[in-house]
Amino acid sequence: MDFWKWVFFGFLCAALVLRIGAVELGRNQPTERISGSAGDVLEDNPVGRLKVFVYELPSKYNKKILQKDPRCLNHMFAAEIFMHRFLLSSPVRTLNPKEADWFYTPVYTTCDLTPNGLPLPFKSPRMMRSAIQLISSNWPYWNRTEGADHFFLTPHDFGACFHYQEEKAIERGILTLLKRATLVQTFGQRNHVCLKDGSITIPPYAPPQKIYAHLIPENTPRSIFVYFRGLFYDVGNDPEGGYYARGARAAVWENFKDNPLFDISTDHPTTYYEDMQRAVFCLCPLGWAPWSPRLVEAVVFGCIPIIIADDIVLPFADAIPWEEIGVFVDEEDVPKLDTILTSIPPEVILRKQRLLANPTMKQAMLFPQPAQPGDAFHQVLNGLARKLPHDRSIYLKPGEKLLNWTAGPVGDLKPW
Amino acid sequence: MKLSALQQSYLNRRSNSFRGSAQLDSAADGSVKSPAAVFWLVLHGVCCLISLVLGFRFSRLVFFFIFSTSATNLYTAPFRGAAEIASHLDVRSTPVTGAADRVVVGRHGIRIRPWPHPDPVEVMKAHQILERVQREQRALFGVKNPRTVIAVTPTYARTFQKLHLTGVMHSLMLVPYDLVWIVVEAGGVTNETASIIAKSGLRTIHVGFRQTMPNSWEGRHKLESRMRLHALGIVREQKLDGVVMFADDSNMHSMELFDEIQNVKWIGAVSVGILLHSTDSSATIQREGEEESTPMPVQGPACNATNKLVGWHTFNSLRYAGRSAVYIDDRAPVLPRKLEWSGFVLNSRLVWKDVDDKPEWVKDLDELDGAGEEVESPLSLLKTTSMVEPLGNCGRQVLLWWLRVEARSDSKFPAQWIIDPPLDITVPSKRTPWPDAPPELPSNEKMSDGAQTQDQQINKHSTKTKTPRTRRSRTKRRHDTKVIGVQASTLSVSEQQN
Repeated sequence: MDFWKWVFFGFLCAALVLRIGAVELGRNQPTERISGSAGDVLEDNPVGRLKVFVYELPSKYNKKILQKDPRCLNHMFAAEIFMHRFLLSSPVRTLNPKEADWFYTPVYTTCDLTPNGLPLPFKSPRMMRSAIQLISSNWPYWNRTEGADHFFLTPHDFGACFHYQEEKAIERGILTLLKRATLVQTFGQRNHVCLKDGSITIPPYAPPQKIYAHLIPENTPRSIFVYFRGLFYDVGNDPEGGYYARGARAAVWENFKDNPLFDISTDHPTTYYEDMQRAVFCLCPLGWAPWSPRLVEAVVFGCIPIIIADDIVLPFADAIPWEEIGVFVDEEDVPKLDTILTSIPPEVILRKQRLLANPTMKQAMLFPQPAQPGDAFHQVLNGLARKLPHDRSIYLKPGEKLLNWTAGPVGDLKPW
Repeated sequence: MKLSALQQSYLNRRSNSFRGSAQLDSAADGSVKSPAAVFWLVLHGVCCLISLVLGFRFSRLVFFFIFSTSATNLYTAPFRGAAEIASHLDVRSTPVTGAADRVVVGRHGIRIRPWPHPDPVEVMKAHQILERVQREQRALFGVKNPRTVIAVTPTYARTFQKLHLTGVMHSLMLVPYDLVWIVVEAGGVTNETASIIAKSGLRTIHVGFRQTMPNSWEGRHKLESRMRLHALGIVREQKLDGVVMFADDSNMHSMELFDEIQNVKWIGAVSVGILLHSTDSSATIQREGEEESTPMPVQGPACNATNKLVGWHTFNSLRYAGRSAVYIDDRAPVLPRKLEWSGFVLNSRLVWKDVDDKPEWVKDLDELDGAGEEVESPLSLLKTTSMVEPLGNCGRQVLLWWLRVEARSDSKFPAQWIIDPPLDITVPSKRTPWPDAPPELPSNEKMSDGAQTQDQQINKHSTKTKTPRTRRSRTKRRHDTKVIGVQASTLSVSEQQN
């Protein structure tokens, strides 16, 4: 009897070990399955695991804003618009709010653009507040939980802190009314005021058609060691350096500008996507905020991302094992970047490339239209599904109020 | 006067500010104000003074040094003065965020290592990583199970042989697959050819063919076909396994050709670009005006829309009828055959004896040996030409070029292109190429000098280039720009001093 118990135990151990890193021969390249901490969650299908009710807000919150400025569909914050469109036609949508697990409020807070195309966050808190007032007065579901089973998309620089300058964002903190809701945002940094526990981090929007239009044959040899295109000094806002990117981008430039292995410059080449496909490593340093669309581009083009942003929380961090896919470099280690990169053993590099070649990995970073299984929309729904079932304690007793509706700067209280 | 007025106003301002702070101080004593607020006021005043004295930037730097907690600064010496000032001011710092291990908002230093330049060891390691990654890419996306390439080259010793063979040799040396090079030489094996192909480092099979190469193109094409068949016989004898391609010594091959021929199953055809160098182009242009548009000079398989072989693009030699070269050194366009051998590749097993899985549409090699008629192309090996596989995107890619360039039949060239002993033909030059040469010596002395230099040359005849330089160093240092002149006129110089 004991002998069989040991055999069974040994079998379980073996199964556990063998599950990790099973190599399967794909059509074009041997890829490795991404086994996240919770198993192969990237391939989960959310349909049937949750129900989402979409509030019908007047079009001044969504359609009219988009009509005023259609550029919102192409910038990196377009996820809020596409998520709305996806949910309207998705099988997880339910028209009966009584059976919904999650409630979605379609308000486009990041669509007030400057002539240059950058979103201004000054009216966003008022817009959000006005939307929440509307849903709390027209439906009983907000007051039932004070938003604990509602989710909002806040893809702006510092999420629901609604400001582009970090100090001001920290001062404001997350909008009081959203303190109990789940936030789906691109910003993620550990121990930061603007990252709430339980938020879902998503990648910034990158237009998939543009990406697929620039693919080159897979047998093109990767001949660039490290690739980066972008600013090192933000001369307009921080001429001396040291503020922008916490000095990390400037350090990269000063240390490696004459290094032949580092193809870094501030150019805007037309072959940017093609060059990324010819590079082994792509730098993804922080800018004014720690996240960047470069991560998405690097993953889709098979270039190993080098993430230089202390304490950053990467998209879908609970489903994707970023430590195994990318290389994390502390900001204080930037002067030693070349030593760090050349001391990575080639087998590790090849394994990272195999993980990146996995189509589920690339699909999870994109927002294709129409939605495809495994893409970022589905990963968001998977994340929401993983938070179910809701704890009993979120349901408040009738008349109980936890949120302070008048907290925050006085300017936020003006109606929108 | 003005200065003093300025000074006066400055003093007034200074005293005003102090009076102001003194007033505040008294006010502070009167009201319930904390000493910390007073302290901050005093600090403010001091910093204003520092600003006036040292300038705006330095005071900001002082603030930076006081308030940044986690920055490690590598600025150089002049700034350390500010740091000392900062250390004297004992101020409690207030970080913007709370805990010590959090990332701090604010100005940080730009970290630069002491010698921010590439380290050669790192660069080599990075190149090794790149090499490994590219090897993996080739293994994944390149050809799986690459077969040996068997290149068949018919050649014979002549002026242009070294030019052509060097080109083919370099192309074959770049091929990333295993290679066997079968060189068949008309007129028997010579040292010339052997020395050229020995430098390749490839596995070569050098055989001689009994006949010498005739002087007419007709004869040459016929003999080359027979030499190629002889090479196929060697493939059969030695049971060489791989893909047989015909690399004529004056053709130019692209690297994609060798990747593409790995895909052949039994027999394949590629498109060959035909390069004719026509000497009297003016005459041809006039005639072209009457005909239809010039046909493309490409020979190879022709496919229909579904990528199936339906025919052949062959060379139309009617346009050049009567004007083409007959003898090898004619100054007229050299025409290819209808279909050149170099456009075909075979699986070596097609010529093997007693192989079970040989397809039934292929004839045995022995049948062609004794054939009276000429074998024009490998298609004669097949009973039906429909089984030929079109390669290179169904013939749309031209993967090699056919060219025939030869020298006059009476052209002499130094054996193995090494000048030893010096040439008999003398072309005396009236003027030396360089201005400050020593004056012409009388003839008898020239003879002895000539003998000396001849001995020197015989001793140092390893490479042609060394001798002129040593002689130059004996006489005088010349400009480097004259080197070209030296090499071109070594003969004239040596003859001059003879």
